[in-house]
Amino acid sequence: MDRVIELGPLFLEATIETIVLVAVGVTVGGLLGLVVGTGLYVTRKGGLLSNGVVNLLLNIVVNVFRPIPFILLAVGLQPLVRQVFGVGIGNVAAAVVIVFAAAFGIARIVEQNLVSVPPGVLEAARAMGASRTRVIFTVLLPEAFGPLILGYTFAFVAIVDMTAIVGTIGAGGLGNLALQYGYRQFNPWVTWSAILIVIVIVQLGQFAGNAGARKVLRR
Amino acid sequence: MALIELRDVAKTYPPRRRGGDPVRAVDGVTLDVNEGEILGVVGYSGAGKSTLARLINALEPVTRGTVTVAGQELTRMSEGELQKVRRGIGMIFQQFNLFHSRTVWGNIAYPLKVAGVPTSQHQARISELLHFVGLADKAHSYPEQLSGGQKQRVGIARALAASPKILLADEATSALDPETTQDVVDLLRRVNRELGVTIVVITHEMEVVKNLAHRVVVMENGTVVESGSTFDVFADPSHQVTQRFVRTVVDDVPSQAVVEELRRRHPGRLVTVAFREGSVSQTEVFGELISRGVGFQLVYGGIEEVQGRTFGNLTIELTGDRVDEAVRALSELVAVREVS
Ligand SMILES: Nc1ncnc2c1ncn2[C@@H]1O[C@H](COP(=O)(O)OP(=O)(O)OP(=O)(O)O)[C@@H](O)[C@H]1O
Ligand SMILES: [Mg+2]
Repeated sequence: MDRVIELGPLFLEATIETIVLVAVGVTVGGLLGLVVGTGLYVTRKGGLLSNGVVNLLLNIVVNVFRPIPFILLAVGLQPLVRQVFGVGIGNVAAAVVIVFAAAFGIARIVEQNLVSVPPGVLEAARAMGASRTRVIFTVLLPEAFGPLILGYTFAFVAIVDMTAIVGTIGAGGLGNLALQYGYRQFNPWVTWSAILIVIVIVQLGQFAGNAGARKVLRR
Repeated sequence: MALIELRDVAKTYPPRRRGGDPVRAVDGVTLDVNEGEILGVVGYSGAGKSTLARLINALEPVTRGTVTVAGQELTRMSEGELQKVRRGIGMIFQQFNLFHSRTVWGNIAYPLKVAGVPTSQHQARISELLHFVGLADKAHSYPEQLSGGQKQRVGIARALAASPKILLADEATSALDPETTQDVVDLLRRVNRELGVTIVVITHEMEVVKNLAHRVVVMENGTVVESGSTFDVFADPSHQVTQRFVRTVVDDVPSQAVVEELRRRHPGRLVTVAFREGSVSQTEVFGELISRGVGFQLVYGGIEEVQGRTFGNLTIELTGDRVDEAVRALSELVAVREVS
């Protein structure tokens, strides 16, 4: 218990690192996932921008990368990350890997949420003379906004999970703290303090997501 | 020149299963829709009605033939040009297809934005439309807060927002109860009369066609099997599909089962006489019978009104010595069919 108080500043730093990693993962990964997921949906047969080749390629890429366990992806991408960003370990590398994994995970979530929009609504907009891209941005995405928020909340929890794992490739954050000072030094107080903070972060995110979705869905 | 002209239009979809036959959704339709009229398009499920509508506003490209709207041949246009044409063709749907992320106001504003109407003019136009469809108090409601009939009114207001000359109504009343259907039918009639909008009403509800359409085309398997004025189609349907449709609202000719029942009760000669307003009157027909001292009894039938004109079939039992002579005389005046 005393050790937890002693490590106070480290806890603060780790919490901030975790929050930053999560934020980067959710926003950058989320944006990329939105693009890929929307691409997956609109290029389907009968879709707004139906294109068999693009759809097949997107599906192959997503299907290849998405099922890879995150820890293996983090390790496996290291050489590539080193090539492109100069460093293969630490917070930057961790952020890159998280964004990568989050993008593919979120892509499928986005695709599934877009499927829930009735095609007739898109047809109505097209019948009014809206261009296909206009329909995507002004009808498809807004109509799916409520479910998308819930999907992103789900992804958020998964990303928090990732931020703990990247401790193994030299990133900071609460996962790293729990491993370094809790697990390795046989101090369950430290481990559980870190876990507690993670729980609070997840709960806050979940709460905000649910509240947002409720507001958008008006129920 | 008609406002909408279809010439030998066909739409074929790829086979459902590999190696199967392609789906001929529309298969060689030639059709005119005149400016200011309400055309009813009827047919059973899968007849190709919705596909036909989607060819008129070019949501789907034709496989063959030409579609001309207001003198412009759609089948030659680029997607950008077609978008402009679509702004002049409103469409309403069975499932309403309102935007759930927008209020009633937002739904009606959408086509205005698409058509590039300046925001400063939205307020006046949207209020005008809301008043027209009787939903002035619902501007800030969301679609899920409205009843089916109200949703379709919003659908109509939205479809009319950009002042189209044409309105395509694809099963617009099929999800509504009879009373609400009548309200929407009345509204569509006002759209036609007061705003001069040409309407294509796609439906399988003959009641709607009977109350609304000036002219009817009947479709089966992607082709038009019968067309004519609503009165003619109802008074004298010639194709079997049309007869089945007409019978759903006009049941004035006895079916075989009814004939057998009538026979048991009525030993005299049974004939069915067809009446049409504007041709021979009932007075004249019955006068022929009376003058010959032929007894007659009405055993089946009815008189209907379509487009302000009446028609109907009456089945009568004739008794007396001069029945044969009377039937010959009637046949000179009206269509007479022996009931057997
Ligand atoms: N996008 C499509 N791809 C493949 N086949 C289609 C497509 N749209 C329609 N069809 C087929 O074309 C035929 C005509 O369909 P359509 O929807 O025009 O019929 P409909 O008369 O409107 O029927 P309903 O009364 O059920 O709405 C049907 O066999 C249908 O399965
Ligand atoms: Mg249909």
